[in-house]
Amino acid sequence: MLAEAKTIQEATSVAWDVERIRADFPVLRQTVNGKPLIYLDNAASSQVPQVVIERGSMYLEQEHSNIHRGVHYLSQKATTAYEGARETVKRFINAREAKECIFVRGTTEGINLVMHGYGRKFIGAEDEIIISAMEHHANIVPWQMLCEEKGAVLRVIPMNDAGELILDEYEGLLNERTKLVAVTHVSNALGTINPIKRMIESAHKYGVPVLIDGAQSAPHMLVDVQDLDCDFYAFSGHKMFAPTGSGVIYGKGALLEKMNPFQGGGDMIKTVTFEKTTYADLPNKFEAGTPAIASQIGLGAAIDYLNSIGREQAEAHERELLRYATERLSAIEGVRIIGTAREKASVLSFIIDEIHPHDIGTILDQEGIAVRAGHHCAQPVMQRFNIPATARASFAFYNTKEEVDVLARTVEKVIDIFG
Amino acid sequence: MSELSELYQQVILDHNKKPRNFRKLDTANRTAEGYNPLCGDHLSVYLDVEDDRVKDISFEGSGCAISKASASMMTKAVKGKSRGDVEGLFSEFHKMLIGELDEENTPNHLGSLKIFAGVREFPVRVKCATLAWHTLHAALNNEELVSTE
Repeated sequence: MLAEAKTIQEATSVAWDVERIRADFPVLRQTVNGKPLIYLDNAASSQVPQVVIERGSMYLEQEHSNIHRGVHYLSQKATTAYEGARETVKRFINAREAKECIFVRGTTEGINLVMHGYGRKFIGAEDEIIISAMEHHANIVPWQMLCEEKGAVLRVIPMNDAGELILDEYEGLLNERTKLVAVTHVSNALGTINPIKRMIESAHKYGVPVLIDGAQSAPHMLVDVQDLDCDFYAFSGHKMFAPTGSGVIYGKGALLEKMNPFQGGGDMIKTVTFEKTTYADLPNKFEAGTPAIASQIGLGAAIDYLNSIGREQAEAHERELLRYATERLSAIEGVRIIGTAREKASVLSFIIDEIHPHDIGTILDQEGIAVRAGHHCAQPVMQRFNIPATARASFAFYNTKEEVDVLARTVEKVIDIFG
Repeated sequence: MSELSELYQQVILDHNKKPRNFRKLDTANRTAEGYNPLCGDHLSVYLDVEDDRVKDISFEGSGCAISKASASMMTKAVKGKSRGDVEGLFSEFHKMLIGELDEENTPNHLGSLKIFAGVREFPVRVKCATLAWHTLHAALNNEELVSTE
C-alpha cells in the first residue's frame, strides 16, 4: 500500500503541472487585499474551471429551454444536454443505470429526499437510525426531524480522540430495530475518511440500507457505488468544481421505486386527475418542477474536466499538499491539529492556543488567504473536542506548496500579533 | 497590515487576554445569553439593576478577541449608568461600527469605546463587537436569549 502510494507520488511530481491546472480557473487570477488569492476553502465550495463556465454560458446562449416537454428544437437540445449530464454522473460513480442518479440542489436536498421518500414511509415508532459523531448538520437534522415525527430513535457512533469512528461501537449499535444507517464518507470538519465499505457490509447483515454523505468524497476520490454497495449516495456539484444548485442523490433502483415521491408538481407525474395522480418513472418521479438545468449540465462538464486532468493524479497531489501542510503547521508552537485520523482527505482543521479561529481567519484574509473559521456546520464535532470552533484549510488539486508556505508564515504572524 | 493593527489594537488584545468583570455575578437580578450561530460565539451577561440603574455587571463565555474585548470594555463603560444612558451608548457604539457616526467630529459618549472604530473596516466582524451589547440590551429588557447573525 505504502509502496503504491509512493509510486503515485513519484509519477505525480513529474506529471502534475499545477500552474497549467491553475490557468484553467479564472477566479484564481485575482488579488485580495493586495495579495494573490490563496483559496483554501475548497471543502465549503470549490472553484469553477473555464470549460465549465463556458458550458453553462453555451447552454444559456444556445440551448436554453425547458426540458422534457416541448416538441420544439430548443427543448430537445436542452433535454439532451441535461440527460447527457446524468449519463456522465452515472459513469462517474459507476451506477448501474442513469435513472438511479436523481438531480437535486445539493447534498442537503439529497438527504432530505431520502428522509421524506424513504424515512417517512418505512421508519416508524421505536425504529432506530444510526448516524455518526462526525456528521455535518445536513446528515443530523433531517433524521432528528424524522425521529421527532415518528417516535423513532437516533443512535450515534462515537469517535476517538483522533477523529476516527469506533467501529466496535458501531457494530454494537446495529440490531433488528435499526432501519437506516446514514454516515459521511469524509468528515468536512476533520478530514477523516471512514471505512464505509466495511460499515455498509455490517449494516447489510441486518438488511439495513445505508446512506453515504459523499459531499467531501466525490470531489476528491474515486467512488464506485456498486463496489461500495451503498444504498444511497449524495453529493454536491459546487464542492466539485461545478456551479451551485447542482447535485445528485444516487439510490438503488429498487429502493427508489418503492419510495414516496419527494416534492409534487410538474414533470414527476404520468397522469393527473382531481381523483388520482400516478407518478412518473425514475428519475422524473423525484424531479418535480423545472430543475437547475444550466447547473446540472455544468456538473456534467465538471466531471468531464476532472476526468481530463486525471482524477488519481489530482488526488495524489492533494494528498501531498495535506502531508506537507500538516508537517508545516504542526511544527509551529501553539498550533494543534484537530483530526489526526490515519486516513484523511485534504482537510486540515487547526486551533491555536488562546487565539479564536475568527481572529485567525481575519488575519489570514488580510494576506489573501481564504480559510473557513467556525464550527463547519458540525457543532457536535466541536463539542466532542471541547472547542468552540476551528480554522480549516481545505485543499484542491490547484493549490500549491508555495501557498501552504504562505499559510504557515501567516499563522506565525497571527501568533506574533497576539503575543 | 495597517487596517489589521487598527483592528487588533493593544488595548483590545489586552482586554481579550485579561477580560474585566469576567465572572458570574452572585447579586445578579437579570441575565441574558447571547449566541452568534454563525460562528458559535456564546456569552452570558449578568446584571444587578437597582432603580433602573446598572449597579453591577459581569459576563462569561467564549468568543473571538473582538467579542471578548468588546464585552469586557462594555462592562466598564456601563457600570453605574441608567438604563436610558446605556441604550444611548449602545446606539452610538452601533452607529460608529456601521459608519453612521463620526466618533472624532460628532459629540458622543463613547470615550474609550472609540477604540473599536477599526471594526467598521471589517463588516463581517461588526456582529462580534455588538454581541455583548445585544445581550446586555436583552437582559435590561428581560429577554433571556438573543442571537445575532
